[in-house]
Order: sequence, then structure tokens, then C-alpha cells
Amino acid sequence: MTAHAAKTASSNTTRILGSRALLLPGLLLCLVLLVLCLLWSITLGAADISPETVYTALFNFDSTSFQHLIIQTVRLPRVLSGVIVGASLAVAGAIMQGLTRNPLADSGILGINSGAAFAVVLAVFIMGDPPLSVYAVFGLIGAAVGAGLVFTIGSMGRGGATPLKLTLAGIILTSFISSFTTAILISDQETLDKIRFWTAGSLSGREMSLLAQTAPLMIAGLVGAVIISRQVTTISLGDDIARGLGQNTGWVKIVAAVVVVLLAGGAVSLAGPIGFVGLVVPHVVRFIVGVDYRWVVPYSAIFGGILVTVADVLARVIIRPQELPVGVMMAIIGAPFFIWLARWKVKR
Amino acid sequence: MTAHDPSKPSWITLRAQRPPFSYRIDRRVPLVALAIIAFTLVVLVLSISFGEYDISPLEVVRTILNVNQDHPDYANYALVVHTFRLPRIVLAFLVGAALATSGAIMQGVTRNPLADPFLLGVSAGAGLTAVAVIVWFKTLPVSVLPWAAFGGAIIASILIYVLAWKQGSSTPIRLILIGVALQAGIAAITTVMLLFGDIQAVQQAYVWLTGSVYGRNWEHVQALGGWLLIFMPVALLSARSLNVLGLGDETAKGLGMRVEPQRILLLLISAALAAGAVAVSGTIGFVGLVAPHVTRRLVGPSHEGLLPVSALFGGALVVLSDLIGRWVISPSELPVGIVTAMIGAPYFLFLLVRSRHG
Amino acid sequence: MSQLTARNLSLAYENNIIIENLSVDIPDGKITALVGPNGCGKSTLLRGLSRLLKAQSGGAVLDGQDIWKLPTKALAKRLGILPQGPVAPEGLTVHELVAQGRYPHQSWFQQWSREDERITREALEITGVLEFADRPVDTLSGGQRQRAWIAMTLAQDSEYILLDEPTTFLDMAYQIEVLDLLHDLNLERGKIIVMVLHDLNHACRYADHLVAMCGGRIVAQGDPMQVVTEEMVQEVFGMECRIMPDPVTGTPMVVPLGRSAKLARQLDLVNECHVRVLASA
Repeated sequence: MTAHAAKTASSNTTRILGSRALLLPGLLLCLVLLVLCLLWSITLGAADISPETVYTALFNFDSTSFQHLIIQTVRLPRVLSGVIVGASLAVAGAIMQGLTRNPLADSGILGINSGAAFAVVLAVFIMGDPPLSVYAVFGLIGAAVGAGLVFTIGSMGRGGATPLKLTLAGIILTSFISSFTTAILISDQETLDKIRFWTAGSLSGREMSLLAQTAPLMIAGLVGAVIISRQVTTISLGDDIARGLGQNTGWVKIVAAVVVVLLAGGAVSLAGPIGFVGLVVPHVVRFIVGVDYRWVVPYSAIFGGILVTVADVLARVIIRPQELPVGVMMAIIGAPFFIWLARWKVKR
Repeated sequence: MTAHDPSKPSWITLRAQRPPFSYRIDRRVPLVALAIIAFTLVVLVLSISFGEYDISPLEVVRTILNVNQDHPDYANYALVVHTFRLPRIVLAFLVGAALATSGAIMQGVTRNPLADPFLLGVSAGAGLTAVAVIVWFKTLPVSVLPWAAFGGAIIASILIYVLAWKQGSSTPIRLILIGVALQAGIAAITTVMLLFGDIQAVQQAYVWLTGSVYGRNWEHVQALGGWLLIFMPVALLSARSLNVLGLGDETAKGLGMRVEPQRILLLLISAALAAGAVAVSGTIGFVGLVAPHVTRRLVGPSHEGLLPVSALFGGALVVLSDLIGRWVISPSELPVGIVTAMIGAPYFLFLLVRSRHG
Repeated sequence: MSQLTARNLSLAYENNIIIENLSVDIPDGKITALVGPNGCGKSTLLRGLSRLLKAQSGGAVLDGQDIWKLPTKALAKRLGILPQGPVAPEGLTVHELVAQGRYPHQSWFQQWSREDERITREALEITGVLEFADRPVDTLSGGQRQRAWIAMTLAQDSEYILLDEPTTFLDMAYQIEVLDLLHDLNLERGKIIVMVLHDLNHACRYADHLVAMCGGRIVAQGDPMQVVTEEMVQEVFGMECRIMPDPVTGTPMVVPLGRSAKLARQLDLVNECHVRVLASA
């Protein structure tokens, strides 16, 4: 696994944006694209709303207009949730892939999703019918505990937290925790019924208050990610090289782990577990901008935002008037893409 | 081990003159195999004796051997033992054996110690079709379920192999990557069914996805038993190819192996074994991962001994897990798949913490 | 006349052509060394000769038969190949590893004959790894490990043994140990050995026949005594050197000049002048 990681890392030196001078304009262009996606997403829904109305609702709010109310209380929080969740998951994935040098790493792998899912299922099992904000609190605690367990077990024994050990500990703990979750779900039908939509990862019904509650975590995580991005670049070349360059790898790993927990934990507490964003986006981004994490991190954030926004739009329109959870939509988009990536990039 | 003369081979050769046959196994195999069989028999007796209707272990043995017909409760004993508990436990053993062998082959072919029988999409494929039958086509008879699961398993594993195929080969790494991706995609579709299905059926589907041998009968045993009778010998005879593949594709080619056809054959055997198990019991995890690992420590990495001993160990593990699952929250019971995960995961983490290589 | 030859062989990885239209004869009964700078195609040629790499056009011929038309096991009984840096699974003992060499001689039902047993043991003895037979391959030193792999190829019981850089990553003493072993196999067991070597001096010392390659072409071939010249080294490796007889074997020994060597020679001249001046004074 690690040998393979080294191989992909070295083959990633070719990139589309060859000149450094193009990186910043490229980023701005992507940002514009993201904003357009947002506006497009807001116009779509049970009743389509014209872009002009969206514009006035955002910048010239009229509290008597039903459409304006829908935009401000339902669609805007949902769309913003999608953006920040996408950005967080993508950046978390990028950092994890750099840290573990495992191209398959994403937030599902560090025990974050399974920890959050277990905690939320437990909360519903005990409390009956808690509001989404309770989901968020438990989700965050579960994510942190899950990641903490994986990191602790992955660092035990000789050699400390090697990439392979972290990955293995993550995979195994994930299935271990999931077996407890399943044990609850198959013994309690009511919990299963309430929770099944949440466990698929969904943005529906996310209100501004919930967003306000969880967004600070993710924003802090994003800022942290930008700050440590240079160190992540170094560590992605290998522990020995990083140490040789005078880096305190232990500290970087701990800080990076905290950042990942903030990002992925915040995302899962807001939207439930959503896969593939953290896996797919960093691959695409590295293909465009190379392996310098100072650029990988911002590009991943924007691409992640775009991806989840588009997936959410599709999830809403594809079986109207019903809607699919965005997590399912992500997997349906992500799986073929990943298969194509594996076929095309993996030469051996 | 230390007393062994290094120049003497560390294996035993089984030979027959007519028909000409020879087979080489590690010299630790017979003893380890006997120990596992003895352990399994003890657990089997305990497992049969335990339940809502308690039967003493002695009477269990006597009922199985059919020597207690004069006992006043004989009729009840015979009914409980032969109709309810024995088939379930025998099936648990067969399922474990099939999954463990499948896992050992998978790990050998991909040269990846974390590969398990479900890497090839068996669980995802079977899960999709089984959930479809349970949740959507509720009018179909129950006997359709194993066939649907089996079909889904085989189709998904073939699909993964085909997608991993490029320029005349499907390398282990590509197989793993595509396996992971395709399974996530299929799982998403399964999730859609679980989301919009009737809650009763969904819960039933969850139990199936976890893996259970609850309520299985002799028909299931016969079906899986027959299946294993076809594929286990083929697996054992192919074991030496796994050894050679383990040295790397190039060395294997140098030794005159046609690597790609051999790999397809082995993966097919592996998928067939796992699909057979999944069809009757649902997707029981961790057996295919753990059993080969433990066995490798007991009898070494040569597959001629590794495959059969893994099978025994996997069987024993599932029989034991089934007993634990029935006992731990009795009178209700945990599906065996949850118990195997709860036993298997800590063992793996223990291995990980202790590992020298990191 | 030789049995193993390449005729108009072209080899490529994907669309990257490494060797085009190359013909070469591997002389019988000898040790042949393929030498050349990195990327010259020497390993590729070895792979082409052993069917690890399919030819774009032309082909490798053994006894007048295209090796791709022979049944795989029939070829493996005649020609064994040890790839570069092979890795044994964790925990596999030397004895088990060497036993794998018998693969081409086995069938589905006849998996371990008495002959397999005998030849495996013989291979262990010849290569001197019998005393570690019970140890896992991954616990051996580099030299012992390489001998174990050679033992496996030996158990294959083929007349040709092809090796891709058998001495790379070994300490100096182990390099010589491995080359001595191959030399003995050639001399005492009549094995025809074809190997890719990095070190030109080793090649001169141990090979009877040298094939020097550069840019996918053969620049020179023949007895090292004849073909290793300062001009040849200059052409193949792009390096200035002096050739002098090896003080031990008398085979050609390549001494690179480099910049520091030139400097030293100039210093020598200066010193010599001083000595002369002093002597005349």
C-alpha cells in the first residue's frame, strides 16, 4: 500500500496548470464557478425560483414574500451547508492522504464517520426523537472519539504512527464500531426508521441555526489546514525526509489530526457521513495543481464545495418530488469516477 | 521447532502410487488440524445443549449417536437436536470454512494480507440483490433469496475483474482499488432501497447484511455442502500455484506459470466459495480476514496446509461466534456476523499494535 | 552456433520503444554478461529473452523455436529467470522457497515427487544455504537471501539461468560470493548463465562473453579480453578511463579517470619534475 502511495506521489509531479503564475487566477476562476453553482442550486427546488428573485432575496430581502422566505430559511442554509461540508471533507481528505501517504485515505478511514454514526444512533436509541442539533453534538463527540481511538491505537507499539498502521487501525475500528451500530439498529426498529436517512448523509432540513452551530468548527479547521499545508507537503514526501528537513513530525501529525477531526467531524455532525468527496477531490486537484499542499488545500476546498453542491442539486431533481440523500448521490457519481481513475492511472 | 534439524524438510508428503498422487503439507498441519477439530466438536456439543430447551451435553452426544432411544425425552431431544440446532451449527461450520478458504486464496492472489473474500465484490453484489428481494419483491418465495444473493455475488465479482482488466492483465493493486470503488457504488444503490423500503423489511435486510444462520435447515446444509465438495478440492489442488504467485508475477512467469489464467481461476474459486457461503447466511465479515492470519501463524505460509487448516479454523470460529451470539443476550440473539466482528476486530488491532514492521 | 538467440527483436513498454531490431547470440556453455549504462535496455533485453516481455516484432529463439510458441512449463524447464530484487512472502522458509523452483516439473496430482525432494536438497547444498534451510527468507542477510533465490532457480533444473542484476544492493563481499557461486555453477554444473551486471569490472572478471549495450543497441560483444577497450568504455558509458590488467586474474580492469584522477596525474607529473630537478642538482 505504501509502495503504491510512493509511486502515485511521484507520478503526480506532472500537472495541468504547468505554470505557477496560472495558479492564483485559476483559483479565482474556480471560486466564480462555485458561486454560480450556488445560485443555480438556490433556484431549484419544489418550486423553481427565477435567478432575479434569488438575487433580490439575497440582497434586498422582503419578509412578506413567500419565495424570499423560502430562500432565506430553507434553501440558503442548505446550500451553504453543502458548500462548507464539501470544502471540509475535501480538505480533510487531502490532508489525510498527505499524512498517511495512502491515496485511498478519506474521512471514512480514520474512524470519524463510524464513530459519529454510532454516537448518533446511540443518542436516538436513548433519547427517542432528538432535534438535529443533538445529532450534531453527538456526531461531533463520536467523530472525535473515533479518530482519537484510531490515532492512539495506530501510534501504539513499535515505530509509532506509521501510515500503514493508521490506515489499518482505521479500517478495523470502523468495522468494529459499525458492528455495535448494527446491533442497535437491528434490535430497535424505531431507531432504525429515524436514523436511516441521516446515516446516508443528507442536507435536507438543515437550518441556519444548525449551520451556525457547526460552521465555526469547520472554518477553524480550514484555517488550520491552510496554516499547516506547507508541513503536510514535506511530510507527504516521507517521515525520514521531513525529519531530515528539520520538521518535528510528531507535532505536525497531531496538529493535522486535530484539523482533520474539526473538518470531518464538523461535516459529519452537520450532514451525516458523506463518502467519496474526500477521496476523489484531492486526486483531481493534485492532477491539476501538483503536490504542493499550499495550493492543494484551497483548490480542494473549492472543488469540494462545487462537487457537493452539484451532487445535492442532482439528488433533489433526479427523483422529484422525492429526494435522494446527497451521500448516495456522491457515491453514484464518485464510484464510476474512481474506477476510471484506477484504470487510467494505475499502470501496474 | 528449535530441535528440528534444518537440513530436513519441514514438511510431510502424502503419496499414492495409483493413481499417481503426491501432496506436500507443513509438518505442523496434522496436529493443528486435530486440535481445531476437537475444539469444534466440544463447542458443537455445548452449542447444541444450550438454548431455550436445555439438553445436557451428555444427552446431546447420545442423541447424535442415536443410543438413547429409551430415554423418556428422546422424541423431544431428537427433534430439537436434529431438526433445529444441528443443521444450523453444521451450516455455521461450512459457512466459516468457505469464507476462510476464500479469504486465504484472496490474500494469496492479491499478495495483500488485508484482502478478504468480499474484496471481490461478493458482499456488495449479494447485498444488492438480496436486499432487493427482501425489500422490493416481498411476494417472492423465501427460497429465491439464496439464489438471488448468489447471482449478485458472482456478477459483481466478474464485473470487478473485467473492470480491472487492462492490457492483458489485472494487477492486484488495480483489483483492490476497483473493488473498493465498485462496492461503494453498489452499496449506495442498496442504501436507496433501505431508505425507501418498508421498515419491517428493512430491518430484516439489515440482519441479512450482517450475516446470520438463524433458522437454517438441512436443505441449506446440503446445498452449501455440495458446493464445497466441488470447489474445496479444486482449491486445495491449486494451492501450490498460490505459493508461486506469492513470489511475484515475474518469478511466477519464470517458473512457467501462465499467471493470468491461473489468477482468474483462483479468483473464480475464491468468489464461488464466498458466494456459496453468502447465499445461505448473508455477509458474515471478518472470518475470511482473521482465519487465514491465525492459521499462517500456526502452520506457516505454504498454502497446501494453509487452505485446509484455515477452513477448519474459520468453521470453528463461526460455530463459536454463533454460540456466543445466542448466549450473550439470550433469550434473544445477536446475528453471528456481529459476533465475528466483535471477536475479529480486537484480535486484529492486537496484531497491529504488536507488529514489528509497522 | 548458439541455441538461445534474439532475431530482429524489438521491445517496448507501452509505446516507449526500448530496443529495436536487435539480434544477439548467447554462446553455449558460457557466462554472458550484459553491461551498459542505466536505461540502455540491458534488463529489457534479458526480459525479452526470457518471455517476461512480449516482443513488438522479431523474437527470441531457443533451439530454433520461438520461445513464445513453446508451452510455458516446457520453456521453464530449460530456462530459468531470476528477476531483480525478488521479495519472498513473510515467514516463508528457505527450504519452502527453493521447493517452489520445482513448479514446472509438477502437475495437478503429482505435486511433490521424490525427485523434487532430491533436487531441492541438492540445490540447497550447492548454494550453501542448507544450514539456513529452516529460517524464514526475510531474516537472512542480503547475500544469503540472494543465494537462496539462486537455489530456487537452480531447483528449476534448467540449462539456462538468467539473472537481472543479481548483485545490486549487496555488500562488496556478498557480491563476490554470489558471482563466485554463479561461476561454479557454470564450471561444475554446466549451467549457461546470462546476467545483467552493473559493475563492468565484475563483468570482465566473471564473464566469458560480454555484450555491451548503449541506447538499445549492441556496441560490442565478445571475450572481455578483446572487447573491453578505452574506446569502447568511452562510447558505451561516456567516460574516460584507463584499462589495465586485473592484478589477480589478469582480466581487463577499468579505472575511471574522472576529474580528480586527472588532477592526481598532473600532480604526479609535477612531483616527478621536482624529483628530477632535485636529482640533477
